[in-house]
Amino acid sequence: MLIETKFFGSTEITENQIINFPEGILGFEEYNKFAMIPVDSESPFIILQSINEKQIGFVMAYPFLFNSQYEFDVSDLDKKELGIEKLEDVSVYSLVTLKEVFEESTMNLLSPIIINSKKNLGKQIVLNDQEKYPLRYLLSKGGV
Amino acid sequence: MLVLTRKKDESIIIGDNIELKILNIEGESVKVGIVAPSSIKIYRSEIYQSITEQNREVLSVSKDLLEIIKKKK
Repeated sequence: MLIETKFFGSTEITENQIINFPEGILGFEEYNKFAMIPVDSESPFIILQSINEKQIGFVMAYPFLFNSQYEFDVSDLDKKELGIEKLEDVSVYSLVTLKEVFEESTMNLLSPIIINSKKNLGKQIVLNDQEKYPLRYLLSKGGV
Repeated sequence: MLVLTRKKDESIIIGDNIELKILNIEGESVKVGIVAPSSIKIYRSEIYQSITEQNREVLSVSKDLLEIIKKKK
């Protein structure tokens, strides 16, 4: 199917690329179906694009590229909601706030995006320990 | 809104399995203990608010900016 995207114009995606976010993204609960589109093969950034609304395209990255120490527990409730059985089923992304001065760009380590790639189910979780990782972690602090 | 007055060490039961206990009161701060099943999500409300605002900010990135960053890589 062809979808309109914020960054790449009309883009062809397949049905099995669609990830369901039953609860949406915090503050954007009305958008429940997204596709992940890499910015390009070289880039650490991936776009989480709503398949229904062109303007809803979130920039994400693998948090571990920028903070190799990053780790957290997924709550039992979140595991249940996402149907997570094995660690291998899970991918973790962080939303990135890009700034004109790249060094000022930050990523949200407090509430990562968790995706069960087996079941194409996703959710923005909030870490149990809300003091451990910041909402705005400077990308330039680590990695890439 | 239901308003109840409680003293230190008193508590409130909500439903069958949530208890809020006033542990300590010091100046303007109240320490609240919460006993609830792990299926109940508990956040400081300002955390929720700030995540929502941050998400909005993530969306505000323009197409041009992404292009600039692509070229830098």
